[in-house]
Amino acid sequence: MTLTDRQQLSYIASQAADARLNVELETEGMTLNIGPQHPATHGTLRIIARLDGEQVVWAEPVAGYMHRGYEKLTEVRTFPQVTSLVNRIDWLGSFANEVPFILAAEKLMEVEAPPRAQVIRTILFELSRIANVSLFLGDLGVQMGAITPVFLAFRDREYILNLIEGATGGRFHPNFDRIGGLKDDLPKGWIQETKGAVKKLEEFCDTIDDLLFGNEIFQSRMRGIGVIPADIAKDYGLSGANARASGIDWDLRRDQDLPLSYDLADWKVWTHPDGDSWARCWIRLQETRESCKIVGQLLDQIPAGPVMTKVPRIIKVPEGEAWVATENPLGEMGYYVVSKGDLGPFRVKIRSASFNNISIVPWALKGVYVPDIITILASLYFILGDIDR
Amino acid sequence: MAQLSDDTQTPQGDTAPAALPGDGLREGIVDTLRNDIGEALIDTLLKPNDDLWVRVSAESWLATGQALKAAGFTYFCFLSAIDWMPSPFGNSQDDPDDEPKKIDMTIKQGYTGGETRMQVFARLTDIDRHVGLTIKADVADDNQVVDSWSQLFAGANWHERECHEMFGIGFNNHPDLRNMYLPGDFEGYPLKKDFPLLARMVKPWPGIVDVEPMPDFEEAADAPAAEAPASAIEGAES
Repeated sequence: MTLTDRQQLSYIASQAADARLNVELETEGMTLNIGPQHPATHGTLRIIARLDGEQVVWAEPVAGYMHRGYEKLTEVRTFPQVTSLVNRIDWLGSFANEVPFILAAEKLMEVEAPPRAQVIRTILFELSRIANVSLFLGDLGVQMGAITPVFLAFRDREYILNLIEGATGGRFHPNFDRIGGLKDDLPKGWIQETKGAVKKLEEFCDTIDDLLFGNEIFQSRMRGIGVIPADIAKDYGLSGANARASGIDWDLRRDQDLPLSYDLADWKVWTHPDGDSWARCWIRLQETRESCKIVGQLLDQIPAGPVMTKVPRIIKVPEGEAWVATENPLGEMGYYVVSKGDLGPFRVKIRSASFNNISIVPWALKGVYVPDIITILASLYFILGDIDR
Repeated sequence: MAQLSDDTQTPQGDTAPAALPGDGLREGIVDTLRNDIGEALIDTLLKPNDDLWVRVSAESWLATGQALKAAGFTYFCFLSAIDWMPSPFGNSQDDPDDEPKKIDMTIKQGYTGGETRMQVFARLTDIDRHVGLTIKADVADDNQVVDSWSQLFAGANWHERECHEMFGIGFNNHPDLRNMYLPGDFEGYPLKKDFPLLARMVKPWPGIVDVEPMPDFEEAADAPAAEAPASAIEGAES
């Protein structure tokens, strides 16, 4: 691997931090506690950082404040009931959490949703990504003291949430996906409304691009900070935008064969070679635009037909094991479902994106300066429900 | 100051359709693995056009990870464990007023078999070839310890901590097996099947209503139950 200059600089800085810890300079170190409640943490994550002057020599995230034990709970639920649990893992993009679980159950049952349901699923999936990432883009400003973007984000996210509510009945927790299809068809006029809302979100992306990404302070706080090389990213299992920002060309929407309708749309997977905080944020901005593009194209391609295939009223999933992962707003989200032929799963391993994405924090924070802790955490983008499950 | 990359040149968009892995590729992976670890590869399962499972001996757990990493599986997905013992408490889906059903406590492992109650399993992905596989290993009942992958895949560190906390499986050479979620003095391993879900024991889940058999359950299982909505024509104009 060839190190860019920035990666070299970051490497030197972390080596220097190590050296200081070893030599034990006479300056007294200090332990800084960030959180559990902090605006940068999207929930309750605590960071303990050992400082030497302004530099972090050692940092450790403490997760677990929101552990809800979903893996245990799924074992005492029936398959259709599990979706209401997994809705709450990544609460900003709830519908996206349901899809991989339902796909895993469908794989075991060897049923497939009808084409209309697949396209609507994909649209709702992308809408939840837009709702999720638009809030990230708005929140990004707050981490650096800019208040305006978050108001714009909350304003424009509402268009998407209204659409999700219109189609599913739930703003945050749709619980709309079913084994074999969807609970219901789209309401009348929804497609036209969605086209309008997607336009508004595209404008929102342009505004954020100007307002935030074009801002000199933002750039100087972000560029060259928190560089993660590609091999380190793979080692830690970073996924989603975090991996693509390190130049890893890997997107589960494109790189696997799932009964979702991404191949009907013309879209791109963006990667960035830098691997710094800037790249991670920039990739997410581009992805929101791509999602708008996907939704816009799929809206014109919804086939006629039923939204539910024929499944028994009481669902017993045949014995077997299945792994399905999808490209969720935060990264690779997968379920390893083990069924023993009962009404409920025998074991569900939930592989959530943030858990891996945040385990790199001790590595990424080594040698950085205190203000950069916040921007690196913000750019890694995690949701606490997604870490603790 | 380091030269910053320029937005106009750096971003790359790729629309090339993915070359999806064929079963031939998966068979090749099994062969490579068999060459590397030999007898330690106990069983494999290849589901056509779906996925690949391999089971290795617990002693070769680390060697398997190393061999696969060298073979291109550089992306660490997850690591966890399965307790194959059926739960002695049932699945809490029966009516509490009914006579408790007799639970068959035979331990029956899933794909690629197994001899022990506990198994560790992990998933690795080859990002370049778009293929992944699930690796399983039996964990002896009397000595629930395997080698740690944390030196091999840095991301395994947290997964092993979680696995230790939830299943009580030890990991040799793990730097730091502290609890992640639970208090340090917590007793028991919550995801083991013999750990009761206390909230469920105190008060039965109201959702059991959902799974009561319908009066015409027998017919319903055979006959199609969910009709396509008659109004499914909106959006059909395209």
